[in-house]
Amino acid sequence: MSLGKLLERILQLLPVLLGVSLIVFAMMALTPGDPVQIMIGDQSVTPEQEAALRRDLGLDRPIHERFFLFVTDAVRGDFGESFYHRRPVADVIAERLPATIELSLVALIVALATAIPLGVLAAIRKNSVLDRLATVGSLLGVSLPGFWFGILLMMLFAVHLQILPVSGRIGYSSEIVPITGFLLVDTLLRGNLSAFWDALSHIILPAITLGLPMTAILMRVTRTSMLEVLRQDYVTFAEAKGLSRRRVLFRHALKNALIPTVSVAAIETGSLLGGNMIVETVFGWPGLGRLVVESIFLRNYPLVQAAVLFYAVTYVLLNFAADLLYTALNPRVKL
Amino acid sequence: MSAPPAPALLVPEAPQKAESIFHRNLATFAANRLAMASAVVVVLFVLMAVLAPFVAPHDPNETDLFRRMQPPAWLPGGEWSYALGCDALGRDILSRIIYGARISIFIGTAVILVATSIGILAGLASGYLRGWVDVVISRIVDILLGFPYLIFAIGLMAMMGPGLWNIILALAYKEWVIPCRVVRGETLVTRELEYVEAARALGASRWHIMLREILPNILSPVIVVSTIRMAHVIILEASLSFLGLGVQPPTASWGSMVADGRAFILEAWWVSTFPGLAILLLVLAINVASQGLRDAFDPRFQE
Repeated sequence: MSLGKLLERILQLLPVLLGVSLIVFAMMALTPGDPVQIMIGDQSVTPEQEAALRRDLGLDRPIHERFFLFVTDAVRGDFGESFYHRRPVADVIAERLPATIELSLVALIVALATAIPLGVLAAIRKNSVLDRLATVGSLLGVSLPGFWFGILLMMLFAVHLQILPVSGRIGYSSEIVPITGFLLVDTLLRGNLSAFWDALSHIILPAITLGLPMTAILMRVTRTSMLEVLRQDYVTFAEAKGLSRRRVLFRHALKNALIPTVSVAAIETGSLLGGNMIVETVFGWPGLGRLVVESIFLRNYPLVQAAVLFYAVTYVLLNFAADLLYTALNPRVKL
Repeated sequence: MSAPPAPALLVPEAPQKAESIFHRNLATFAANRLAMASAVVVVLFVLMAVLAPFVAPHDPNETDLFRRMQPPAWLPGGEWSYALGCDALGRDILSRIIYGARISIFIGTAVILVATSIGILAGLASGYLRGWVDVVISRIVDILLGFPYLIFAIGLMAMMGPGLWNIILALAYKEWVIPCRVVRGETLVTRELEYVEAARALGASRWHIMLREILPNILSPVIVVSTIRMAHVIILEASLSFLGLGVQPPTASWGSMVADGRAFILEAWWVSTFPGLAILLLVLAINVASQGLRDAFDPRFQE
């Protein structure tokens, strides 16, 4: 893709991002209930103090000015103050973000590491028992409600077999001073292997739960595209040349078969964002998703608003990246 | 000299053919035993929901602290009149699952009906009228696609507050985008076909062409997509209820029942397990049945 095309695509993103901000703004602005009253709660304040607070929040201005302020502030990373934490919303979000990113990345790795081998095997042994099991498994994978699957895993591995912890991110005894905020990385950087295993054992069940729907989808995509590739002339030709089956499969077929898998994985990474709220709630994972759910019940609206905007913008950018990746991997797609 | 015999008039066979395609598709679907069985399961769930007051053994909200976390019938301490056991307030889990089906199925159906109606109108207008209508609708679609579904719904629920109608609104606000895109795509192709051209030449109005000429011919992919989406909507509703943002207690909904049981997984696994199983069964049945529908009715999936 030429630089011009890339710039054009980036420019096309702007109206979408603006529209997304408008909706997030409207969600808050049009909601019944006065944010100032919510902030004040049951404290006693004079009408002057209330008016001052209203002015500080910009609530006395006309609505289009408030939207303009909201967008310009958001671009500068200023989302106001969290009612509950009495700190800037951006700081609170930044603090919780590494836990969510770490969980999402491990879920992505789990999904890819399960889906690709299973999908390839199912394609090579088409109509075998394994293929059918994989088909049934992928159907189950998209039909299982994530919150329930998480609880089942918890009951089996944490309560019944007691081989994995029930919830949280790391045991009290293994807590370390964070460096990057990613515990799996930090424990290794600190050379604390037992803490690393502790963190790993905490992340396994949430990551499997979060990655399950993605695993199901990627497995199907891999199977279909592998079957497609195995029918191609160049694979028959490679076999006719007398290359070993293994070499044909891994050197020739797999490389091309994985293009759709990678593209779909990139798109589905965005869908992990929504799953985070559920999985973090089930497993008491101290990430952004759980913070949002808690904030809703605390009526901590500035945080909810900022987080919804953050999720949406991330989602748009991830989809954009997925699109670019797809274009880069598929020379046939000219945009 | 007699004139050469007139060529036999071509009898228009189109209506008859269309009917036979429909019947053939229906027969294809009926021959798919797994899909048929799943459709039967879905129908049974619907009947269970509709007839809940007659089939539920107990009042779903009747608490009995002596039956607190009573196990299912086949475990020691269980009894068959409370077949799936009781929850932490001593309410009969089976009855609550039966009543919970009403919430899941009602919300699923309502959201899909509202979203599909809006999606069809917006998609037809966008694909047939083109121009600024298309630009505006497509921009709105792009923006709504910029939100992860659950987060959009959670954001709306946080602002609107929980409740049955708010869930339907929160989900329908985004769901219509999906039928809209399908309808727009199909309309773009169909509007160029000769019979639409003919209707235009005969002076048919835009609305007549969109609703009477185009819509009937693109309806089957829309129906197929709607049934597939129904499964998603049911899971989303259950997720919202699980988070406490859905239907409020004491109304039984499957998602909130799973959430209720979370605190007791050590001593009473059945409280969370059975409602979740109900969600899985219904969603799985809808998924399998709708795949059967797709294979039978969508020409792109026919050999």
